[in-house]
Amino acid sequence: MATLHTRSHARLMMAPSVLLLLGWMIVPLAMTIYFSFLRYNLLMPGMEEYAGLMNYRFFLTDPAFFTALANTLILTGGVLLITVIGGILMALLLDQPMFGQGIVRILVIAPFFVMPTVSALVWKNMFMNPVNGLFAALAKSVGLAPLDWLAEVPLLSIILIVAWQWLPFATLILLTALQSLDEEQKEAAEMDGAGFFSRFIYIVLPHMARAITVVILIQTIFLLSVFAEILVTTNGGPGIQTTNITYLVYAQALLQFDIGGASAGGIVAVVLANIVAFFLMRMIGKNLEA
Amino acid sequence: MARKVSTARKLTFTAIAWVIALLIFFPILWTILTSFKTEAEAVASPPSFVFFDWTLENYAEVQARSDYFKHFSNSVVISLGSTLFGLLIAIPAAWAMAFSPTKKTKDVLMWMLSTKMMPPVGALIPVYLIFRDTGFLDSRSGLVFVLMLINLPIIVWMLYTYFREIPGEILEAARMDGASLAKEITHILAPMAVPGIASTVLLNIILAWNEAFWTLNLTASKAAPLTTFIASYSSPEGLFYAKLSAASTMAIAPVLILGWFSQKQLVRGLTFGAVK
Amino acid sequence: MGSISLKNVSKVFGEAAVIPSLDLEINKGEFVVFVGPSGCGKSTLLRLIAGLEDVSGGQIAIDGVDATSLPPAKRGLAMVFQSYALYPHMSVRSNIAFPLKMAGLDKAEIDRKVTEAAKVLNLTDYLDRKPRQLSGGQRQRVAIGRAIVRQPSAFLFDEPLSNLDAALRVNMRLEISELHQQLKTTMIYVTHDQVEAMTMADKIVVLNKGRVEQVGSPLELYRSPANLFVAGFIGSPKMNLLTGEYARAHGATTVGIRPEHITLSTTEGEWKGVVTVAEHLGSDTFLHVDVPGIGHVNARVSGELPVGHGDTVYLSPQRERLHRFNDQGLAQ
Repeated sequence: MATLHTRSHARLMMAPSVLLLLGWMIVPLAMTIYFSFLRYNLLMPGMEEYAGLMNYRFFLTDPAFFTALANTLILTGGVLLITVIGGILMALLLDQPMFGQGIVRILVIAPFFVMPTVSALVWKNMFMNPVNGLFAALAKSVGLAPLDWLAEVPLLSIILIVAWQWLPFATLILLTALQSLDEEQKEAAEMDGAGFFSRFIYIVLPHMARAITVVILIQTIFLLSVFAEILVTTNGGPGIQTTNITYLVYAQALLQFDIGGASAGGIVAVVLANIVAFFLMRMIGKNLEA
Repeated sequence: MARKVSTARKLTFTAIAWVIALLIFFPILWTILTSFKTEAEAVASPPSFVFFDWTLENYAEVQARSDYFKHFSNSVVISLGSTLFGLLIAIPAAWAMAFSPTKKTKDVLMWMLSTKMMPPVGALIPVYLIFRDTGFLDSRSGLVFVLMLINLPIIVWMLYTYFREIPGEILEAARMDGASLAKEITHILAPMAVPGIASTVLLNIILAWNEAFWTLNLTASKAAPLTTFIASYSSPEGLFYAKLSAASTMAIAPVLILGWFSQKQLVRGLTFGAVK
Repeated sequence: MGSISLKNVSKVFGEAAVIPSLDLEINKGEFVVFVGPSGCGKSTLLRLIAGLEDVSGGQIAIDGVDATSLPPAKRGLAMVFQSYALYPHMSVRSNIAFPLKMAGLDKAEIDRKVTEAAKVLNLTDYLDRKPRQLSGGQRQRVAIGRAIVRQPSAFLFDEPLSNLDAALRVNMRLEISELHQQLKTTMIYVTHDQVEAMTMADKIVVLNKGRVEQVGSPLELYRSPANLFVAGFIGSPKMNLLTGEYARAHGATTVGIRPEHITLSTTEGEWKGVVTVAEHLGSDTFLHVDVPGIGHVNARVSGELPVGHGDTVYLSPQRERLHRFNDQGLAQ
């Protein structure tokens, strides 16, 4: 009974959500674009003036931008590599018969619920610290010189921390997908003479393909914007070795007060994220029809 | 279908899985253990695992020195507030989309999702400046508003996928049975929708509790939730492992417990229904 | 109470006319079955009568009163859905009581009626269970219980047996027929299964592409199908429809003969053919026979007949049982 009456009701019920999100999307974005064309520094109030593409030119030719872009891609790619491969292996493992499966699951998922600042601090101080960290103690106990993780391999350290946070997410989603695989399909393949590896390659992996894509796309959205972990552990350093685009924009805006330059950087980040989002939306959109 | 699994095989997998699971969980376990040590024992080399003098003094100390409960209550207010406000706005929208869908419904949903894809740095500067100029910087109400907005798409989506699973025939049956729209909602829809609403609330409290971009950038002290409070330990003078561990344990415990209840919903919520 | 009349009723979804224009009279106390292949519009027609869909044109009158724009609850009809549509969060008792509660009856009255309905439907022991704790057949009975407590002027059934297994379906068929004998209330029943239609109906409405092909009692449809569609749809196994030389000899475009109206002989007869498959059911034998010059013919003959694949048999159609159809497909 979708009458005209209920349809106008429906529009009214959707209005608050739509209007709020529309405002949230348009107002800040429009202002960021506007600022990006200004020479605008918070330390020099009242000196704002139109600057054309200057901010973009500076931001995009700044060597720091390329370092940050590379760092962003390495961080995102590294974490994806670890979590997707690790997630597949973990999902396969957790799908096996074992004792205490429920508890194992709970233990594996736990890191996802730890707030980013906590996990960054715990890893930084209690594990990666060259004097008091557990890794240092471990190295000393086997006679090796302790490694100052965040000074010597800063980006790798951050990749490890972030991967630890996201591995549970990948595992959980891939396990859910794995468990939705029809048991009879696996049995049919077994009757057809497929061994464990052929079954994995020809039956299990294609079945999980969609979930893997979803994991990659969703994680990418979040990983492009990693912030708290960097702020808490290295502040983007040493130098700019762990500065990603998000952190670069933050530093430019709230540490150097260069609103114009930071805004240009923000727009660049938006463009990058949109490229990823485009693919993600198509994936999820397809699923809506099913 | 059920084949007998050999005990040896099962034991092998059990051993492997437990070792890996404990390794993954270890940082959390270690944090919890350290929170019960004295500062001296916390940095002792070699570290002791269980055989130390258990103490609760770190917990008292954290509260006394930095007013832990102020930040804890900020976290509660911000995560609960943003979730409940979001729910209030999202329920009618999800309802309308699930029960009187039009050709545009899908587009609206996809568009809502797309707002979630915008990287926060794209909005940071204007939001920061607006908050600074309107006095919302370092205020709980300001954060409630922002976190409500960033989680609104997820809330709408989750509710929509739950509502859509309520079969239309049941609503028709209620209509045939003489239920008015109001009674249809109170007697049939609400009881059937409550589990979905509850899972949505749970997941969003978790997401808001752990949100660390906006909370770090928009709060300093007065309205600082636990994310910001913990980050303040990153300065060198905060290097007291046992106290850091106590503060961390208290910050993650509530969500750890909530999270274990919401494993299943987590998958659906975070993949926007793409994986169930 | 319980007469329903449709005048010029039509339903259009977007561009597609699901029901072009339809007239139908349903008398008080009748058991009417809408039957037809999937997509023929039978469920839509039922939902139009229920008020769950708005008509695009025409008029629906219930007990002589125009009900075209009445909401479903005001039409005094009860419906049993294909999925049963039980309220999952309510006990069986609350499910059955729900329409009474909506009607504002007092508690004692509701209790009395629910107990009574539960007794009729053998649900007394299950009143405090939730729907998910019941078997398919029990859920079906709860759905029926929810319908009968309201004492509606007519019951609407939307393929109510399609989710049950074969044995249970036969039982429920009988139970619904008995219920009709007991209550003597008008029932409208939608199904795609012609066996259900034949066994239960007082009156069958055969639908095809939103049009009524024929209305009549089961035996009327069996004896004199109005056209090729009805001839092919009603009866199992299907009527043999023969064209070509043989039909022309009988002055028709198509000639139909039901398998059970063919006499078998091993020595002589009108057609000589070779058995391709013999299906022995015990009570009957279904023979699939290739007859040169005529084509593939199905025959239903007595059971326990020692005939098998490759045997030569003679078949003779019973003359007085031949159905003749013209080039429009209409009975002559």
